[in-house]
Amino acid sequence: MKLLEVENLSLKIRDADILRDVTLSLDQSDILAITGESGSGKSMTALAIMRLLPHGAQATGRIHLAGTDLARLSETDMCDLRGNDIGMIFQEPMTALNPVHTIGRQVTETIRIHTGASPAEAETRAREVMTRVGLPPDRFPLSRHPHALSGGQRQRVVIAMAIALRPKLLIADEPTTALDVTTQAQILDLLRDLVADFGMGLIMITHDLAVVADMASHIAVMRGGEIVETGRTAALLRDMRHPYTRMLFEASSHEVALPVPPAPQPLLTVSDVHRSYRLPRRKLFERPETFKAVDGVSFTLMRGERLGLVGESGCGKSTLTRTILGLDPPQAGTILLDGAPVTMQGRPNPDVRRRIQVVFQDPFGSFNPRHRVARLITEPFHLLADPPQGAARQDAIAQALTAVGLQPDDATRHIHEFSGGQRQRIAIARALIIRPELILFDEAVSALDVSVRAQILDLIAALCRVYGLTYLFVSHDLSVVRSVTDRVMVMQSGRIVEEGRTEAVFSDPQHPYTRQLIAAAPKLPDIEALQRDVTHA
Amino acid sequence: MLRYMLKRLVSLVLSLAVASLIIFAVIEIAPGDPASFMLGINAQPETLAALRAELGLDVSKAQRYVAWVGGMLTGDFGTSYTYRTPVAGMVADRIGVSIPLALYALVLSVVIAFPAGLYAAARRGRAGDLGVMGATQLGVAVPNFWFAMMLVLTFAINLRWFSAGGFPGWDDGVFAALKSLTLPAIALALPQAAILTRVMRSALLDVLGEDFMRTARAKGLSERQTLWRHGLRNALIPVLTIIGLQFSFLFAGTIIIEQVFYLPGLGRLIFQSISARDLIVVESVVMLVVFGVIVINFLVDLAYAVVDPRLRARA
Repeated sequence: MKLLEVENLSLKIRDADILRDVTLSLDQSDILAITGESGSGKSMTALAIMRLLPHGAQATGRIHLAGTDLARLSETDMCDLRGNDIGMIFQEPMTALNPVHTIGRQVTETIRIHTGASPAEAETRAREVMTRVGLPPDRFPLSRHPHALSGGQRQRVVIAMAIALRPKLLIADEPTTALDVTTQAQILDLLRDLVADFGMGLIMITHDLAVVADMASHIAVMRGGEIVETGRTAALLRDMRHPYTRMLFEASSHEVALPVPPAPQPLLTVSDVHRSYRLPRRKLFERPETFKAVDGVSFTLMRGERLGLVGESGCGKSTLTRTILGLDPPQAGTILLDGAPVTMQGRPNPDVRRRIQVVFQDPFGSFNPRHRVARLITEPFHLLADPPQGAARQDAIAQALTAVGLQPDDATRHIHEFSGGQRQRIAIARALIIRPELILFDEAVSALDVSVRAQILDLIAALCRVYGLTYLFVSHDLSVVRSVTDRVMVMQSGRIVEEGRTEAVFSDPQHPYTRQLIAAAPKLPDIEALQRDVTHA
Repeated sequence: MLRYMLKRLVSLVLSLAVASLIIFAVIEIAPGDPASFMLGINAQPETLAALRAELGLDVSKAQRYVAWVGGMLTGDFGTSYTYRTPVAGMVADRIGVSIPLALYALVLSVVIAFPAGLYAAARRGRAGDLGVMGATQLGVAVPNFWFAMMLVLTFAINLRWFSAGGFPGWDDGVFAALKSLTLPAIALALPQAAILTRVMRSALLDVLGEDFMRTARAKGLSERQTLWRHGLRNALIPVLTIIGLQFSFLFAGTIIIEQVFYLPGLGRLIFQSISARDLIVVESVVMLVVFGVIVINFLVDLAYAVVDPRLRARA
């Protein structure tokens, strides 16, 4: 008997079809990956199995867990089942734990509500589980609160709560999406080990195809609430019968053709820049310690060059970006654009500022929702001494929108009328409109689905050909940086630890940290090699 | 936690010092000399000078400030210009009415608001929620003195369950005293309860949308258990802020209700003293009210730290 069988699961919220005839199954000790882009219904499938759907959702179809039809259970029986037979892990470890309760209390709670164990018994059990997930209580006391743990450690607590009672089925909804690559690798290893040890079935929901290919024995590809293709991982990767599956894999490993950069001629010179923050005072009469966010960074960016900056969260990427933009003046060292300082007396130098623009990560939060596109993309005009007026202004708006693949008419619309990818195009139009000499892309494609990401990367490459862009591309995503930069810098604890031609750094990393990063990053399998193997056999 | 308390305590002392300076300055700048007010416009200059000396008005302002603050620290609030009795005694009598009344009203407000807020949040958008929200709308909109008059009409004049006003003092027994404070406390509490219910409901609804509430459900807690174990304490943070503000208001802002029920409270004392230019009483009572409000804020800060461990860590 299969551990989990879902048959013809359909879901409506009000009149909208969210899921249509989803059918999938899972054996013990197996890992099923459900993948697809945002809005494909991956998470809703998981919530439907947990019967934790939002109010007003109507589900039909069969969901059998070890022979029990979940759809027929009462809410009380479902409460007994959740946490006991099915455990669930969520995407955002920073908010998945209750901030006012200790981690010990949150783990013991699962044990106590289901087993009626005494507080002491539950605590003993919790200690074992915490040790199992890599948080031994002698180093991570159960009396800690979530805010005292890092993202990866919190995710381990969430896993501990989910597996405390050794459920038959574990559902992990994007469990590593919010984590750094090295932490992601550790969490994925932990999940794999737990599946092997406990004989659980694991449903892994993720948009990251490299993780999917690496972890799962079976894959289900979803689009628009339907499963378009499903099968054993190796067979599915080899055949890829559905065009959508092929498109997803191609977009994930999308490579763009950058034009050859012009002869080197320095544009941005960063020399020995330092920037530190004061930490809160520990003792009343002691000097507060400082945190060195940027610790002696030097590099030169050539005109027409595409430079990448990679590193994990907290390495100082964002602080360095802010310093180059003139938002935070450097405490030591200089940043010169064409010989002119970016900041003068602690303030941004307006002559330099108008020659640098930035594109941020979040296409939803970085626009004022009340303004029309025309006003949004002309915001950088306030940096100019003599901004274009009247017809010249309209021409500039139309040109910028056309350059990023939108229509001049879009200028009169509001931002909520656009999709995430279109918004990121508007953000690029806003950066381009005053023809800056340097653009900073700060995680500019990290929030986008793979197919949209591929389009935006193509757009950036096309703009390089037309406008000869010079940019600094900051990202935690190694594969993206590899495809859109000529040269790359690797940052760790405020320092640049390795720097060189992008291909050289990725194919032959010198610094141990770079090697560790590259090793931790999940890799897409070589599909062509898989297919060759079969033909030869 | 100790560091946090110390920090709050230092800020409490500093606030008191600044408040005393401001109160002294504002009241001293206010026009009108208490001595000439007491003696009328035809007073002889010699009599005026003698009275000013007696009241301690003839020395420099700095000296008077030091004397005033020093006196208060030792419990000597000076002597009322109009009644010629120690201010401390007058204030003590009034506080015996005002603080119990404020506490009584606050307890009523919390007792009404917590269940009502929980009920409305758990039934969001359904008839029960709409009913509670409608009632709170009314409670916020209707002024409390009108409630007070309706209460007097119904319970004192028609049903004769309570007296229409006055306060027998605590010597006649706690029950009689509390009974005479009941109608005013209800009149004060209803609008406060309406506000608190709304805050409680929206705080709970915010918490219901949090990720950790979903985590709790995934562990196997029922909706009700999730709300009680994980929702309530997180929702308390904004609610505590409002409770602190409400107590300050109830403590100092009850002049009209005291007037309606003929209660000898602090509000009436301030009102009478201002009319009579009895500056020493005004200064002392205002300072006392400020002290009360600052102490309440201090307690609310401590309560935050008890509820939210992140605050303890940040300090």
